[in-house]
Amino acid sequence: MSDTTAPKAIEGTLGFIDERLGSTTFFRRNVKKVFPDHWSFMLGEIALYSFVILLLTGTFLTLWFQPSMKEVVYDGSYTKLQGVKMSEAYASTLHISFDVRGGLLMRQIHHWAAILFMASILAHMLRVFFTGAYRKPRELNWLIGINMFMIGMLEGLFGYSLPDDLLSGTGLRITQGVLESIPLVGTYGYMFLFGGEFPGQDIIPRLYVLHILLIPGLILGLVTAHMMIMWHQKHTAMPVKNQSEKQVYGYPFYPVFMAKTGAYFLFTFGVTALLGAFAQINPIWLFGPYDPGAISSGSQPDWYMGVLEGALRIMPGWEISAWGHTVSFNVLIPATLPLGIVFGGAMAWPFIEAWITGDKRQHHVNTRPRNAPVRTATGIAAVTFYGLLWLAGANDVLAERFHVSLFATTWFFRVTVILGPIVAFIITKRICLGLQRRDADVIGHGVESGVIMMSPEGGFSERHEAPREEEKIVLLSKENARPEAPARDARGVPAPGAKGPIGHLRSRLSRAWTFDDIPVEEHGHGEHEAIESGSDSQVKH
Amino acid sequence: MKRITAWRRRPWAGYAVVLAALAAIGVIYAGFSPQSDRAEATSSAQAAQDLKNGQQLFNKNCASCHGQNAEGTKDADGKPIAPSLIGVGAASVDFQVSTGRMPAANPGAQIPRKEPIPPFDTSIKTDYEEHEEREAAEKQKARAEKNLRDLNAFIQSLGGGPEVPPASAVDPEKGDVALGGKLFRTNCAQCHSFTGQGGALTGGKYAPPLSGDDVTPTQMYEAMLTGPQAMPVFNDTTLTPKEKQAIIAYLVQTREEPNPGGNGLGRIGPVSEGLAGWLIGIGLLVLAAMWITAKKPKKLKKS
Repeated sequence: MSDTTAPKAIEGTLGFIDERLGSTTFFRRNVKKVFPDHWSFMLGEIALYSFVILLLTGTFLTLWFQPSMKEVVYDGSYTKLQGVKMSEAYASTLHISFDVRGGLLMRQIHHWAAILFMASILAHMLRVFFTGAYRKPRELNWLIGINMFMIGMLEGLFGYSLPDDLLSGTGLRITQGVLESIPLVGTYGYMFLFGGEFPGQDIIPRLYVLHILLIPGLILGLVTAHMMIMWHQKHTAMPVKNQSEKQVYGYPFYPVFMAKTGAYFLFTFGVTALLGAFAQINPIWLFGPYDPGAISSGSQPDWYMGVLEGALRIMPGWEISAWGHTVSFNVLIPATLPLGIVFGGAMAWPFIEAWITGDKRQHHVNTRPRNAPVRTATGIAAVTFYGLLWLAGANDVLAERFHVSLFATTWFFRVTVILGPIVAFIITKRICLGLQRRDADVIGHGVESGVIMMSPEGGFSERHEAPREEEKIVLLSKENARPEAPARDARGVPAPGAKGPIGHLRSRLSRAWTFDDIPVEEHGHGEHEAIESGSDSQVKH
Repeated sequence: MKRITAWRRRPWAGYAVVLAALAAIGVIYAGFSPQSDRAEATSSAQAAQDLKNGQQLFNKNCASCHGQNAEGTKDADGKPIAPSLIGVGAASVDFQVSTGRMPAANPGAQIPRKEPIPPFDTSIKTDYEEHEEREAAEKQKARAEKNLRDLNAFIQSLGGGPEVPPASAVDPEKGDVALGGKLFRTNCAQCHSFTGQGGALTGGKYAPPLSGDDVTPTQMYEAMLTGPQAMPVFNDTTLTPKEKQAIIAYLVQTREEPNPGGNGLGRIGPVSEGLAGWLIGIGLLVLAAMWITAKKPKKLKKS
């Protein structure tokens, strides 16, 4: 905690509030809350501020949007659709786009903010994962975050389905298929959601209520919980000078962090406004009204649903029929398995890791990705898996733009989605260990100075210099693997954690976690001179 | 009156009058001449000569694959190399040759659109500043148009088939664009995408983009009528000539329509939108985050 007292300006305000609410101690403590400084810590803020923008622009859109499937004949400014029968939802979206002042801009800002909301959550999650910021005590916030992303996917799907255009109607058709593929209850679930046969009259009003009321409320609640837990637990920090597990180093909330985060809100708003003004998104007038008899090539969902789309596209047509019932594995598996693996795995990961490493301590300082090779490699394997499925969702666009056969892309993704993560795991782990070796080298030998020394005997050697202190702190932040406790002590009694088949598995995994760890530590003088030059050591510590 | 008298005495007045007269004659001629740019052969002798020209062009450019009598050729295993052209009609020839697909360079999954070969290149540039250059280009274009017409007529004479549509049938201004959009989404968009950006098909085939200016209304009509390559045939009972014209109207008017929301991002839907969101949106915000983080307050500077 910083020891600076709050400036006068804040003292006056605090005094006013305190005399009425008696909250001085709370504010005095919290206004000086210290926030560590790193650019990647702001990724989550993009999501927070996009959400604010989504609420504001969304409210604007509700003023004109009609969530109704009532059939109308279009008679607005967009001449190419005049006289076409369409739902009131589609007609009112056209009205917002072409006849409401600023309506198209608001629609576009709303949609771009949604894209950025989801993208920044994913980027933020990757930062948290690769720096190990999800470790105790922050597992709950990790779980909340993943749930927000999944709820965000639904919110996005429901949102872009509202205009009832041809593209989003195709998405709803797939949603119906996915619901129907659930064994036993599928048909009932589908009839319940759509209130009858697809598409029916009920789906748009229902999605509207979910989209503007229930789900935003849920997200708002989770965001609040996320922020309060973060505030309470303090933000994690990068391993820098003055930062330790006991002490946070950074700038106080007031005035520095508040100014920075306030500016960042304006940046986020600026970027969404920029995109909204200059990049056309979801041009529903080009897609046309939804018609169950029509379909277009290049029908993709928004990016965050792309992974599901990809899984569906590369899935072989497996299906079984027995006793008059069909189980469509070709829809059920892609809808549940890939995201189940990625998000289920992500949710379980903090607990699996703690179980394997036996690490029950609290962590406030982040790990550098290289210093946890198994974690980093697993993360990159998951990124590869997700990324390949995501690309597979755009396979017809890829085939068309890069002039490759559509079937070739399907088979490419079928193979690589299995092999890719394995290869990615191995390569990433090797890279991490290589970087560890380099760090050990820098700490052990120093940094190559580029100065060549000639000894009196005529031998040449390069002078190595000790790294700068800041760099050294970063390098030495690595926690070297501790020697494992023997599975059995001297009297043959097994260690408590290594009993039974589960314990056996745990100790094996634990060994796999650390067995090739490269210790990064300062050595005594002269240890490496023989390797380095064979002459007098120039290493300085 | 005084002003007109003064204008009349200017040195360039004579030229201006001649020019105006020429323009007037041109306009009147254009008004009276038939809408179709196919000039009917005035006499049977002329027609026979044109047919002869068509046959010569066929022998030179097409016969090596399609056979001396346009009967088609097969390889040693009896697999067809090139189809018979008897009965395919003028519309088919006009489409294939004017889009440069025929003569084909090499057989692949699908024969791509390319610049037509010089004798048939009707889309060459003629708006040169230099008078002689322009005249030469115009002459070459007229020759190419005649060549194409003669070749069409020759194939038509072999066994009939769909004819090249008249200009009035393909005029995009006269079609019902709302109906066209509806028909396009039901019949065409599943391959050519929402606005005719093109799309991938199986086995290396593809639906070509229709969004470029080089795809003429006549070519669109002929493609629907004859179903080239992977495309199905939409004959006049499936899509009436009025409906074909509506689709043409939709395609041409949509591709000429500006994007009201800014850059269209290729008009291919969410794939390019997601890419832009990640690269531009997240990219700019990461730069902003780095910039904000790099700013250290002077008073509190510690490191």
